[in-house]
Amino acid sequence: MKHLLSTEGIDPAQATAILDTAASLKQALEGREVRKLPTLRGRTVITMFYEASTRTRVSFEIAGKWMSADVVNVSSSGSSVGKGESLRDTALTLAAAGADCVIVRHPASGAAHRLAGWLRAAGTSVVNAGDGMHEHPTQALLDAATLRERLGDLRDRRIAIVGDVLHSRVARSNVHLLTALGADVTLVAPPTLLPTGVESWPVTISHELDAELPSLDAVMLLRVQAERMHGGFFPSAREYSISYGLSERRLKLLPEHAVVLHPGPMLRGMEIASAVADSPRAAITDQVRNGVHVRMAVLYHLLAHEEENA
Amino acid sequence: MAPRQRGATDPAGERELLSAGDVARTVARMAHQIIEKTALDAPSAPAVVLMGIPTRGAPLARRLAVKIAEFSGVEVPTGTLDVTLYRDDLRRGPTRPLEATKLPEGGVDDKLVVLVDDVLFSGRTIRAALDALRDHGRPRAVQLAVLVDRGHRELPIRADYVGKNVPTARTEEVHVLLDEFDQRDGVVLR
Repeated sequence: MKHLLSTEGIDPAQATAILDTAASLKQALEGREVRKLPTLRGRTVITMFYEASTRTRVSFEIAGKWMSADVVNVSSSGSSVGKGESLRDTALTLAAAGADCVIVRHPASGAAHRLAGWLRAAGTSVVNAGDGMHEHPTQALLDAATLRERLGDLRDRRIAIVGDVLHSRVARSNVHLLTALGADVTLVAPPTLLPTGVESWPVTISHELDAELPSLDAVMLLRVQAERMHGGFFPSAREYSISYGLSERRLKLLPEHAVVLHPGPMLRGMEIASAVADSPRAAITDQVRNGVHVRMAVLYHLLAHEEENA
Repeated sequence: MAPRQRGATDPAGERELLSAGDVARTVARMAHQIIEKTALDAPSAPAVVLMGIPTRGAPLARRLAVKIAEFSGVEVPTGTLDVTLYRDDLRRGPTRPLEATKLPEGGVDDKLVVLVDDVLFSGRTIRAALDALRDHGRPRAVQLAVLVDRGHRELPIRADYVGKNVPTARTEEVHVLLDEFDQRDGVVLR
């Protein structure tokens, strides 16, 4: 594997290999005094974040460091981006400075794909850490890792993705990955928060959360992305919460074994009731923990093998 | 399938070095040697643990533990130690899948750790295993047991217990076959 740009069209065998590696890494690091592996010694990983992020950036940085890679962080403020340098020139500069892998988050959909094209000659790997409203593949991988831990094989598991699908790269990446792994995915959202063309996705659409809950194995809540909303997508926060928020009443409608996921940052009281977020059914902190192992696995699959001509 | 003559070459260019019976006898002999050298059944015995290197070192370690218990009455804890993440040749081939690492109960601190592998060749796997072990704790001492030593060392490493020394050409391949993976026991040269 040379790049990780999207989960759309991902080979299920490749996805499973990454998830297996992540599980092995988690097991190998458990209870150890020295949480550091020498595997990527001498490789340089640069994170380029053009959008705010806590967990993803920190998670990639820890993942790189635990694999002994040298990790350098670049943000749009405090770098030459602020002076007007283009994404292409910044990327070529970082590649010339010796980056083996560039991890990029950018507000423009498709930014990671463009970057991979520009960096082909340099041989630098690119990981998409979120591009606009397009994809966030490592989030989907860590969600799948968390679900596999709790549910085992995901084949024929019923998983609902609830809320602001329209603006959510997390939803897109999860739809592609979870269906590739054989899960049965339902999107639950008001019609205004579903993208056009959703009919062609390999999913079922529903507008009624209560009707779906009793048959689910997992429910994945999405953050309502106010920063990407210009206009009335729903009447009020309160009405959204009543229709699509996971309340304590709704938690009781879920089967006993069902798992609750949220990619964070979560808006307590909006998408998810505080008591639900803190209940043992919620795997939200597991998601963060698994995020590090999944990103270590991704770096391992990108960087720990012979050069490919791709 | 007719029993094959030891040393006979079959049409696939495969020469048998050890039969299933030889493997069983060799494992039993190595178990006796480990008991003798570590004196693990003595009153002041050091705590011995066996760490198998996946894939085939892992079942070999378990088989050795069974024989050691049979001959000495001492239950020796076993574990597995995957060394993939510590290899120095990761960038010389396709992505290697990881295997399980499972420390025995009580870990490896202050234990006499016997590393167990199927074939000793360049010594690079054992070099990686020593590095991996260091990240899991500080053993009192480390020893090495291998079913086959085929020579061609590239590092200053030697085994404490050797099932069989086999002179080989560098281009030949020694395969240890174990029931757990290969549906039969044996050692063949290809």
